[in-house]
Amino acid sequence: MSNLNKSTTHTLSVYVANKPGVLARIAQLFSRRGFNIESLVVSPGIDGKFSRMTISCTGEAEGLDQIIKQLLKLIDVLHCIDHTYDQSVTKEMGLIKIEVNSSGRSEALQIAEHYGCKTVDLTPESMILQVVGNPEKIDAFEEMIAKFKIIELVRTGKVVMSRGSDIT
Amino acid sequence: MANNAMEGGQAIIRCLENEGVEYIFGYSGGSVIPIFDALVTTQTKINFILTRHEQGAAHMADGYARATGKPAVVLITSGPGATNTLTGIMTAHMDSVPMIILSGQSVSWMLGKDAFQEADIFGITMPIVKHSYLLKSSNEIPRVIREAFHISTTGRPGPVLIDIPKDFSAGPCTEDLHAKMDLPGYKINSTPNKDTLLEIAEALGKSKRPLILAGHGVMISGAENALRALAEKCRIPVTNTLLGKGVFPETHKLSLGMLGMHGTAYANKAVCECDLLLNVGSRFDDRILGQPAKFCKDATIIHIDIDAAEIGKMIQPQIACVADARLALEELIKHVPILETKEWCKHLDGYKVKYPLKFKRQGSLKMQHIIDEFYKLSGGKACVTTDVGQHQMWAAQFYRTDHRLNWLSSGGAGTMGFGLPACIGAAFGRPKDLHICFVGDGGFQMTFFELATAALYKLPIKIVVLNNHYLGMVRQWQELFYEDRKSGVDLEGNPDFVKLAEAFGIKGFNLRRPGDVKRVLKNALEYNDGPCLINCEVEKTENVFPMIPAGAVIEDMLIEPPARKMEKPTGST
Ligand SMILES: Cc1ncc(C[n+]2csc(CCOP(=O)(O)OP(=O)(O)O)c2C)c(N)n1
Ligand SMILES: [Mg+2]
Repeated sequence: MSNLNKSTTHTLSVYVANKPGVLARIAQLFSRRGFNIESLVVSPGIDGKFSRMTISCTGEAEGLDQIIKQLLKLIDVLHCIDHTYDQSVTKEMGLIKIEVNSSGRSEALQIAEHYGCKTVDLTPESMILQVVGNPEKIDAFEEMIAKFKIIELVRTGKVVMSRGSDIT
Repeated sequence: MANNAMEGGQAIIRCLENEGVEYIFGYSGGSVIPIFDALVTTQTKINFILTRHEQGAAHMADGYARATGKPAVVLITSGPGATNTLTGIMTAHMDSVPMIILSGQSVSWMLGKDAFQEADIFGITMPIVKHSYLLKSSNEIPRVIREAFHISTTGRPGPVLIDIPKDFSAGPCTEDLHAKMDLPGYKINSTPNKDTLLEIAEALGKSKRPLILAGHGVMISGAENALRALAEKCRIPVTNTLLGKGVFPETHKLSLGMLGMHGTAYANKAVCECDLLLNVGSRFDDRILGQPAKFCKDATIIHIDIDAAEIGKMIQPQIACVADARLALEELIKHVPILETKEWCKHLDGYKVKYPLKFKRQGSLKMQHIIDEFYKLSGGKACVTTDVGQHQMWAAQFYRTDHRLNWLSSGGAGTMGFGLPACIGAAFGRPKDLHICFVGDGGFQMTFFELATAALYKLPIKIVVLNNHYLGMVRQWQELFYEDRKSGVDLEGNPDFVKLAEAFGIKGFNLRRPGDVKRVLKNALEYNDGPCLINCEVEKTENVFPMIPAGAVIEDMLIEPPARKMEKPTGST
């Protein structure tokens, strides 16, 4: 029982025909089975008739198997691949707006530099830092920069791509 | 409008003709007037049946499809017209019945603006359809209808809804009516994997106590001949689900009848004792499992299903074969050995003798008696429809089904109100056959207004109202598990059903005494001027057995009324 209740975060890549309602159908599958979608990235495929969705979600592993099968059953879904356990490239971008004036600015920039961030907006009282990397890196950056007051935080949610000849 | 262009509504009717549609069941309204108009202007041969309620239309289309294997069309207006079909769509979806629902919609430029009778039926129905469309232009009509029929009738069938804004049914359609489908994501896994079949054959070869569990999938794929050949060649006993009634003759020596909550004792015992279970086309519904973790614990479980999502959903099989049941069985039979199952069959025959389905003909009038007598008088040949409740379970037990498409019952959804309209739909599809509809007094009153439809077309149906003046099935649970505290189950105020029938111009019979059963049913059978109704005043507090309380293990099946006080059931409903 305890094993069943263990939630893991899963990353699915779903390739869909770009038809009306497809996102709503997919979202329903998850919510009906008690899965929480943590992030969802939708973007057009190479051919505009198709879209790519990267979905991060939490729930029981056993339930996920059923969700993948149900996803595949949807008429507009071409394929669905679970990338949770493979070595695919995983990236996410975060924008963090911190409260900082001239006195703290150089320390903030130092931390930002360490994480390879870009400063994309600067005012006398604030700055927006852009960080790109795998989600853990963004978490770590968030933690470090939290010594400043974080005014706003926006993360894109992760996107994945398989390495080499494997398909995503 | 271009000179040669059709109106969208006319294109819809022509496309339905091309799909071979014979019947449209429906109800008119503002947003579908262009389509109703096209029924006239195209001079189509498709029959339109005006029902008395949109739920009735959906159940009729469902009954038609279950009885013929072909899809029918439901045509309704927007807003309340569309929402009135929800129960019917959900019922069809749960039981994998093909159905096309055409719903009118407000004009496209008013969508999302709370226009008069605008309901987001596309969104509302999403979880209860196999697929759905909201039309974006008149020119989409040919492709969308082609796709809808293809999706609805292939693979694991199901309802498909097309929501049609009024400006598209009224506007010009210039597209070729034979449009190409565009379904890149729709795959049907019908071909069985040969190695898997060899594996199944090998497992069968090792089995001493094999059992086949035959479900609705056998019916849908038309695998009943292959199933019978397999069972007979290997001498494997067969049990069927509620919706599987008819896929294997229930009068066959190898048949154990229906399993599950109110199945036969011998079928359920066979499930407990088998060493191999070959499930063909059943989704291991919770009504047949008892406790999933303890179901067939020591047996090798094999699951054949066209829907990959059913594999491992409830029960993890040792061997899984995702394929069309007929193709799988036809190939499998080439590889199976002849099994030595004489002992096993004899053992099960012993159970048949020891625990037969039974009831008392003496004393008060029993539903079982009526159903059993009707079975005999009709030679088991009728197309039987049921509603939901005690009468449904007794009909399943006592009206044995030998042929496919002769048993129509709402299984997955358990929809009260299904029986009468479904029977009417079946009678439209098969007007030459005898149709018997067993309904409870509760469920009958949910859709009895369709008596008008039955009367108007003089359909050959026998409506048997099994009147116990209770919501019997719920009362049974209250008696067994809630110390007989009756709550919300007394159907005080039932009308006089014979007078009700007569008000619709339908012949009515009353049946009150066991001694009259044969005579009254004979009269009803001989009556041949359209539908007739038999109001049967039956024992009010009879209970259905055997019974496996919801959530209990199959081994705890109650074959007879329990002497001890029962715990409240832990399983769902
Ligand atoms: C639409 C709907 N509402 C409620 C139920 C719950 N329910 C299941 S059986 C039953 C009683 C049915 O009574 P009746 O039609 O008289 O049949 P009986 O059990 O007495 O034979 C009820 C209320 C249901 N299945 N469907
Ligand atoms: Mg009743």
